[in-house]
Amino acid sequence: MSHISPVLWQFLVNWFKNFAVFPPEASTIAPYADALYFALVGVTITGLVLVFAMVTFFSIRYRKDRHPEAVQIEGSTVLEATWTLIPLGIFLVFFVWGALLYFRIYNAPPNAMNVYVVGKQWMWKVEHPGGQHEINALHIPAGIPIQVTLISQDVFHSFSIPAFRVKREAIPGRYTTVFFQATRPGKYHLFCTQYCGTDHSGMVGWVYVMAPDDYRAWAAGNTSGASLAQNGERLFAVMGCNACHTGTSQARGPNLFGLYNSRVRMTDGSTMVANEAYLREKILNPSLHVPAGFVPIMPNYQGQISESGLIDLVEYIKSLDSNYRLHQMMNKSVLDSAQPEPIGSANQGAGAAPVPGVQKP
Amino acid sequence: MSTIISLPDQATARLPRKSFLNEEYGIKSWLLTGDHKRIAILYLVSITFFFVIGGALAGLIRMELLTPPSDLMATDTYNKVFSMHGIIMIFLFLVPSVPATIGNFLIPLMVGARDLAFPKINLLSWYLYMAGGLIIFAAMVLGGVDSGWTFTTPLSTHYLNTHVTTAAIGIFLAGFSSIFTGLNFIVTVHRMRCPGMTWFRLPLFVWSHYATSIIMILGTPVLAITLVLVALERTLDIGVFDPSKGGDPLLFQHLFWFYSHPAVYIMILPGMAVISEVISTFSRKRVFGYTAVAFSSVAIAVFGFLVWEHHMFIMGVSQYSALVFSLLTMLVAVPSAIKIFNWTMTLYRGSITFETPMLYAFGFMGLFTIGGLTGVFLATLGMDVHLTETYFIVAHFHFVMVGGMLMAYLAGIHFWWPKMTGRMYPEAISKVSAIVTFIGFIVTFFPQFLLGYLGMPRRYASYPADFQVLNVFSTAGATILGIGYLLPMLYLPWSLVYGAIAGDNPWQATGLEWQIQSPPLTVNFVEIPVMDHEAYDYEWLANKTVHEVQTVG
Repeated sequence: MSHISPVLWQFLVNWFKNFAVFPPEASTIAPYADALYFALVGVTITGLVLVFAMVTFFSIRYRKDRHPEAVQIEGSTVLEATWTLIPLGIFLVFFVWGALLYFRIYNAPPNAMNVYVVGKQWMWKVEHPGGQHEINALHIPAGIPIQVTLISQDVFHSFSIPAFRVKREAIPGRYTTVFFQATRPGKYHLFCTQYCGTDHSGMVGWVYVMAPDDYRAWAAGNTSGASLAQNGERLFAVMGCNACHTGTSQARGPNLFGLYNSRVRMTDGSTMVANEAYLREKILNPSLHVPAGFVPIMPNYQGQISESGLIDLVEYIKSLDSNYRLHQMMNKSVLDSAQPEPIGSANQGAGAAPVPGVQKP
Repeated sequence: MSTIISLPDQATARLPRKSFLNEEYGIKSWLLTGDHKRIAILYLVSITFFFVIGGALAGLIRMELLTPPSDLMATDTYNKVFSMHGIIMIFLFLVPSVPATIGNFLIPLMVGARDLAFPKINLLSWYLYMAGGLIIFAAMVLGGVDSGWTFTTPLSTHYLNTHVTTAAIGIFLAGFSSIFTGLNFIVTVHRMRCPGMTWFRLPLFVWSHYATSIIMILGTPVLAITLVLVALERTLDIGVFDPSKGGDPLLFQHLFWFYSHPAVYIMILPGMAVISEVISTFSRKRVFGYTAVAFSSVAIAVFGFLVWEHHMFIMGVSQYSALVFSLLTMLVAVPSAIKIFNWTMTLYRGSITFETPMLYAFGFMGLFTIGGLTGVFLATLGMDVHLTETYFIVAHFHFVMVGGMLMAYLAGIHFWWPKMTGRMYPEAISKVSAIVTFIGFIVTFFPQFLLGYLGMPRRYASYPADFQVLNVFSTAGATILGIGYLLPMLYLPWSLVYGAIAGDNPWQATGLEWQIQSPPLTVNFVEIPVMDHEAYDYEWLANKTVHEVQTVG
């Protein structure tokens, strides 16, 4: 071949040298997933070899030339039980093994760092709590557990990082989460795996796993200046939420202090956990479930706040761990010192400043 | 008990003077027929037409994927091509393939009846199929559909301006066609078995089709109503699936997969039906563990309804419900394993010959074993997270649907070709095409398992360059596969004129359909037969004196 066309030969050699057959293992999940995978491959090969060997042996041994008279056999209960119970036992082992891995992937440890990802046709918008915003890229530190909270702004998308062996659907109207802990610094594929329209195959990006120090440097150099909670605080004021959610006992709206992750009693007697999904639903559709002691007077914010804005508000409410801070906000109605540039306009009237997150009509 | 079966001398075989094929002439006699055999032929021609279109679209997909960027066609075009490939292959080829052609032809013959219970409904079901098929075809010609065959909301309801509603109407109509076919089969099997034909004397072909029919009439209405809701959501914006109106897009997934998972058993059970007959005939042996194989079909049909959520493990369903559905999915894998082992043991101490249908059946067993066991990967929760929505899924269901069902379909077409037409297909070239199909299939779809584990997402018009080598293998295999499918389309029509005369029972098979002339009379049986022996009773066949039944000369 190399004599016929050296150029073509070189091309083929390079081509075959550079193709992938197995994805890199870059998360704590990956070795577990791969172990499970190879066990399943082993069972598949065993089953296949068993069937192939039997069919081949019988085909040779009992072919018509050698075995002209077929011997009629009715069946065998013992054999039926054998090949019912043995596969069933094997499948049940994989059921348990797979379930353990599944629960690992979808239940993050409590100390995980949270990153929000919004899917939209056809890009991934990543929002770090510290105020770093990325499109089609995700920078994360190695060795730190990370929980990604996903939501879609339009259609179903699916957030897939093959090197981590994790994937989660981004669904319009509800938060989903996925957990991973990267192990090896590097650059890995990020795909949208749920078909989402015209540019589905263009909804790809890269995950950059960095050493923790590098990550800190990156985070410091790429912040927009305001954390998500700070953006949320501004939005809270601009939308006029503080008119009712004053945090006082006479307030028309529930006190938001310490609300996050608490149990809330509703008017119908049930209780709900005030997680991210609860907070989001209460902003968009407050009259669906009303907390006990309140009347459904809050307007419906459906369609008025973008998913990013909702994430900011949720992060803000999550950050409200002190009444003092809330009161301070009520009195000043401006952003605190974390805001890089002083925004004078916020003092002059709510809504005057271009606030990220509020959808323009 | 032992039996020597020798194939009859076909040199003396004569075509019967009168048969269902020459009972009447003219296009009207076909289009207004109530004869299940003629309707089966109508179906055979029409599904072949749609298979050619779907296959051509598959060829376009593989050509686009030869290179990493989307350079052969625009991404929108690619999306339409794979959507139409899926819609046509699933609703217009795989679902009706074996039941509406081979099943339609054989169920009355196998149970000893003169026709299906409702001949006019049978014809109506073909017209519904054609109406649905032509509407889908029109949707394609007028600009196509790019919703994928899964019609995922809210993409299909609010974000596409292609002919989604048109395609949904087409599928809706084709769905009623399969409901009517299922209804016909169930009533026929219950009410029209000949004297002596008890349930446990039915060929396993009938058992599998009975199980399929149950799924057809219980599952398909759910698909129909789901598509109606999609159409209403598109046109009237009723908000059932729209979260901004209080709807739930996951509801669509539940409704859609409640049909579409059992639908894969609609597609594979009739294939298993064919394999049971073929393996028994060419081993000259009763199917090992008849009752186990019969009940495993029913078990698949029942459990098949309880596993739909395994398509949604990553979609934010409750983790505990995912546990339940994973467990049930493991259970549904067991009856398939039972069948594979029973077929294998049928060969034991048989007297095996290797005609073309047997080669296809061996291909089925190998490819279905791989397809089934890779299904266990996907039922395993933690593994599914990595593999779902990638080429692993694509490879898995093509192993089951193409490697399994299409192999079984071709096995069945070759096996009953002499019965349907009275003539033999050419044996040598058909063996070649069986082997070519098998090799082409492996080369096409095996690399896709590796691509899937690498993480290549399905439905991508372009892909990263490091996935190219495996994609080139896959495209090369598709070319071989295409040749394997083209050959039967050439030599089978050829054999209609030039094929050797088959005779009544060229394989010395035991089914009632083989005890009458080939091709059969319009009335099937001059006298309704009396079943006085078990299914697959080769002893009975060997001892049967030469007073051949019903050769109207």
